Amino acid sequence: MNKHDAKGIPHTTPRQSATFTQDINSDIRRAAATGIYDIRGGGAKRKVPSFDDLLFMGASISRYPLEGYREKCETSVTIGGLHAENPIELDIPITIAGMSFGALSGPAKEALGRGASAAGTSTTTGDGGMTPEERGHSDKLVYQYLPSRYGMNPDDLRRADAIEIVVGQGAKPGGGGMLLGQKISDRVAEMRNLPKGIDQRSACRHPDWTGPDDLEIKILELREITGWKVPIYVKVAGARPYYDTTLAIKAGADAVVLDGMQGGTAATQDVFIEHVGQPTLAIVRPAVQALQDLGMHRKVQLILSGGIRSGADVAKAMALGADAVAIGTAALIALGDNDPKWEAEYNALGTTAGAYDDWHEGRDPAGITTQDPELMARFDPVEGGRRLKNYLKVMTLEAQTIARACGKNHLHNLEPEDLVALTMEAAAMARVPLAGTDWYPGKPGTSY
Amino acid sequence: MQTIDLSDVGLRETNKTLHAQSADTNQTAWEIINPRGAHAIACGLDAPIEVTVKGSTGYYCAGMNQQATVNIHGSAGPGTGENIMSGKIVIEGDASQYLGATGHGGLIVVKGNASSRCGISMKGVNIVVQGNIGHMSAFMGQSGNLVVCGDAGDALGDSCYEARFFVRGAVKSLGADCEKKEMREEHLTLLQGLLDEAGIDADPRDFTRYGSARRLYNFDVDNAGAY
Ligand SMILES: Cc1cc2nc3c(=O)[nH]c(=O)nc-3n(C[C@H](O)[C@H](O)[C@H](O)COP(=O)(O)O)c2cc1C
Repeated sequence: MNKHDAKGIPHTTPRQSATFTQDINSDIRRAAATGIYDIRGGGAKRKVPSFDDLLFMGASISRYPLEGYREKCETSVTIGGLHAENPIELDIPITIAGMSFGALSGPAKEALGRGASAAGTSTTTGDGGMTPEERGHSDKLVYQYLPSRYGMNPDDLRRADAIEIVVGQGAKPGGGGMLLGQKISDRVAEMRNLPKGIDQRSACRHPDWTGPDDLEIKILELREITGWKVPIYVKVAGARPYYDTTLAIKAGADAVVLDGMQGGTAATQDVFIEHVGQPTLAIVRPAVQALQDLGMHRKVQLILSGGIRSGADVAKAMALGADAVAIGTAALIALGDNDPKWEAEYNALGTTAGAYDDWHEGRDPAGITTQDPELMARFDPVEGGRRLKNYLKVMTLEAQTIARACGKNHLHNLEPEDLVALTMEAAAMARVPLAGTDWYPGKPGTSY
Repeated sequence: MQTIDLSDVGLRETNKTLHAQSADTNQTAWEIINPRGAHAIACGLDAPIEVTVKGSTGYYCAGMNQQATVNIHGSAGPGTGENIMSGKIVIEGDASQYLGATGHGGLIVVKGNASSRCGISMKGVNIVVQGNIGHMSAFMGQSGNLVVCGDAGDALGDSCYEARFFVRGAVKSLGADCEKKEMREEHLTLLQGLLDEAGIDADPRDFTRYGSARRLYNFDVDNAGAY
């Protein structure tokens, strides 16, 4: 390119706008061409303050560590002991989040069950009901009770090891769902009592209750139907964590599942995913505060989700007061979703491995988020289950490694005091000191 | 006839006793006295028994019912018969909101009126109301039949799928994508059967059928205003 014009006056270098980025411009062009907002799967892709902005301090002269391979570091957790006759006992505090049959194939649900059971943890159903694949392969299965009530029936309810009333999801606090017609196979249509091939909307509010007082009665009804045997969780999006946790406890929940904005979804408007909700890092402390204010911390369990990827994330969530975590996206990646080995096919779909998020279209090259028999056949549930088990074991080992370094003989003994923050934002959200200081914004007794 | 005094034994004992009845129980007739508007009475039943509640009930009476017949000799609170799978519920008085929400099967009969969101998200249940029904009834109704001998409130059948609505009186307004339909012979026969089952003496030819116009079945930006 010429650096000067004919008269010798220098050109300025071509400069991309920080406001109108190439990404934004492509959004505008897509909207202009289609007239429809963009729907996609996955969670928020924007960068938000996260667990990456926290560090553990480890041991020192005043805090001594546990011997890595000799001294025990327990990982078990009991969920739902407050009201339920049969609480859920898990070997590891990492559960598999609710993902709908419809969004996922039957074999993918089977693989989640196989992997979770082998690792000693639970899986969760999702919109669309309980499948025999998942019930058959999950030792501990949490049954979601959703606004759509697709596939909801009392026989499955009584077959469940726990019930999760879904009020919201981190990817879309206040949003319902949509399963596009192309993913409605005969089986999905039958389970949902709807014609084949039409778009299936999932309501955003429960059809037979509104507000915390009604929720209390709904929980009573579910307990009566299941004989007070199984725990009842309430899942909320990371919108108003202090109040939602308070109200869920007041309504009689045994556990609160709290899902931050990085949390995945099967299909939601991109604008919803990126602009509604709070980051996972920001919602833990207010929820724990609510539990503590009511004297319910460790009695009502807090299960945190939304962008959990590693044992470090697990350890940080637990240090901030969570009792367990749930994973969705990471579990799908462990099964083989977005694997670069399908790169040519991702390219053919106009995307690339790692960025593929059109799960709702049902053309997943990895055969996981699809109902297409040919694509589904690519996925081996036994191998998938093995991979998930391995991944869960690695996460657990990683969390234990950190806990031992902090001198803890149980993951639950990790505490905020073990952490520092790398940024002011993270310090304020996690209420742990900015690294190198003894201060965080909003710290009681300080004037900032 | 077995009688349970709910105010005496409490909700848990009452439901536990009813849940303990097996498919071949010889104790098929039950009466619950002093319900005093309690919630979740006789929910989750799964045996061919007949339960009569002497008085009014709170939320979710006979919720998720299977096989059983539940008679309510009074008025019924919100969400009565929610997600009913089979069997029958007969309400002598009025029913509050969300009657038979998401019901998959069975029959619900209301001798009085039913409030708003009657049959919301219905998935196969049949509901027959002798009086009127409130606004937003059968919102997102997927399948089954809602029969109204009186009038229907605003936004009947909004965003409905394949559920059918038969109304004898006036419909204040129809919801998005719900339209008046032709009453064919098969519908007259179906309606006659439902009225007979509900024990209501009415002429099917006096009813008008409504159902989905099926224009919102697949997203189309030109319909965006209707969503
Ligand atoms: C494919 C997929 C399907 C999902 N389906 C449901 C669902 O049916 N019900 C629900 O409550 N959450 C659903 N979720 C959200 C998860 O339960 C969970 O909140 C989220 O995945 C956690 O965040 P993570 O993906 O970053 O781990 C789904 C998520 C994914 C990725």
